[in-house]
Amino acid sequence: MTNSAIRFDKVSRYFGDVKAVDAVDLEINDGEFFSMLGPSGSGKTTCLRMIAGFDRPTSGSIHLYGQEVSDLPPYDRDVNTVFQDYALFPHMTVGDNIAYGLMIKRVPKTERAKRLDEILDLVQLAGFAARKPSQLSGGQRQRVALARALINHPKVLLLDEPLGALDLKLRQQMQVELKSIQKRVGITFIFVTHDQEEALTMSDRIAVFNQGKIEQIGSPSDVYERPASSFVAGFVGTSNLVSGEVAKRITGSDQKFSIRPEKIHLGSASDVLTETMYKANGTVRDVIYLGLYTRYLVSLDDGGDLVVIEQNLKTTSMDVLKARDQKVVLFWEKDHISRVGG
Amino acid sequence: MNRLSTFFYKRPALVTLLLLAIPMLYMIVVYLGSLFALLLNSFYFLEEFTGLVVKEFTLSTYVQLFKPTNLGIFGRTAGMALAVTIMDALIAFPLSYYIAKFASRRLRTYLYIAVTLPLWSSYLVRVYAWKLILSKEGILSWFVNLFHLNSLLDALLSLPGIGGSSLSLSPIGMFIAFCYIWLPYMIVPIQTALERVPKSLLEASSDLGAKPSQTFRNVILPLAFPGVIAGSIFTFSLTLGDFIVPQSLGNSRFFIGQAVYSHQGTSGNIPLAAAFTMGPVVIMVVYLLIARKLGAFDAL
Repeated sequence: MTNSAIRFDKVSRYFGDVKAVDAVDLEINDGEFFSMLGPSGSGKTTCLRMIAGFDRPTSGSIHLYGQEVSDLPPYDRDVNTVFQDYALFPHMTVGDNIAYGLMIKRVPKTERAKRLDEILDLVQLAGFAARKPSQLSGGQRQRVALARALINHPKVLLLDEPLGALDLKLRQQMQVELKSIQKRVGITFIFVTHDQEEALTMSDRIAVFNQGKIEQIGSPSDVYERPASSFVAGFVGTSNLVSGEVAKRITGSDQKFSIRPEKIHLGSASDVLTETMYKANGTVRDVIYLGLYTRYLVSLDDGGDLVVIEQNLKTTSMDVLKARDQKVVLFWEKDHISRVGG
Repeated sequence: MNRLSTFFYKRPALVTLLLLAIPMLYMIVVYLGSLFALLLNSFYFLEEFTGLVVKEFTLSTYVQLFKPTNLGIFGRTAGMALAVTIMDALIAFPLSYYIAKFASRRLRTYLYIAVTLPLWSSYLVRVYAWKLILSKEGILSWFVNLFHLNSLLDALLSLPGIGGSSLSLSPIGMFIAFCYIWLPYMIVPIQTALERVPKSLLEASSDLGAKPSQTFRNVILPLAFPGVIAGSIFTFSLTLGDFIVPQSLGNSRFFIGQAVYSHQGTSGNIPLAAAFTMGPVVIMVVYLLIARKLGAFDAL
């Protein structure tokens, strides 16, 4: 109990009739990089705002390191936030922005300057203190927002889709950087995102949100390899969902299962299958060459479609495109399917 | 039609010129031209005996401005303008803040209309309405009577300098009418400035440990300041130039607007009227320089 940084007990937040967050129970461990993943409107941001104190739960309670904080205003909570739009004060310099929290807490000027220098080094912005936020690039503003939160040594750092506005290259670079900063400072990070790749890259654990509820909590590999519901299977990565009669023909049971496209091998009737594999016959309907890999859409003889991804290790675009309209045999390890409810 | 579009597309400078031609013509010829004519007239003087304007360069008209009575007029007007500006800013800020940050979309529209509604009626009507409200037999004294506050009102009216025989005949009454009449011009710019402050900035400040009063001082006020300055330019300059309120309300002591009015009218002393007009121009320039020094235009 004492080890949990954040604990939600039956926390709900209604906006009128809309249940933005619906009786959520949640425990986030000390020092963990925890992601809240879900589509927009799934309640993840509302959960974050309730931890920060910008929103109050309609019912239920939130504990921060054992202390009930549900009724505390933001300025009395030992958490800091990196905002989606960065929320840098436009009338202050970068240095004043970052040192704002220390200035409010009346930290002496010399110490303020020392900590400012340290944090500017950490986020690689040394020499930028005198600039205005408007003179910075998106990536630099993002670092300022991060530094402004981290300089206060909060118990928990909240990040509200902070990488959303950056371009792909910069985003991938910041993902690595955020993770390494988190390891160095050892603070609990709670990261809200709708980008499953981002969540998988950085997190120790992920909570997948849907319609105000948590569908699954687990490590990235848990969530990816063993999705607990068809929603998780569909939202985290792409997934093939097979159910009913087709499922029964393949596995012998009509329980719905999911199988990742990259786990499926594309073969022909001459391939020898082992006992540990399932197989299905079909026809290639469509081939999309994507450089690194090729995506095939295969219609099964028993009905339904499966998406298959194969890396282009030896094949070229000319080779793969020949597969169109060919009869194929799909096979995959029995272990690689997940039985999903719902 | 298409060829015309292409013609203009290839000549962006011409488009700019065409768009600006009429306003520029107006600004330069009508506005700056008349200001220059004013300046020119202020360097002429009125021949005392003939009552005719002599078109010779002299500074004697400006010297007249420094007579104690005239200096008093400037001081009185600027003091009133400053007091009205401060009072309007104090009234407008909380209201604008409420409209910009708390009112629902619907309510915001209604409040916005309510703020600007008085501007739909004639300015003269509103001034005369205040004359009636503030007069000795007016509705305000009736209320004061009702609550047995006569002694308070009498004490207020006996104050030297700003008192008088009744509210409508005292500078206090004039102050009330000015504050009312120019208030919308203060609310609208402040509200616009506050509306442009994203809510996340206030949340960020609070998140970083600032109590509401600290957030107000460190974030809201500095960001709304350009709006306050914009509003104050309106209230200050409008009060400086007005002559109807001081004529209808208040005592017999002159304000700048009245001085200009009477000098160019009854006495035909155009040079002195022009020189008087240069007063507010100088005062406004000084005012704007101070505002710039205070950083009011940094966020623009």
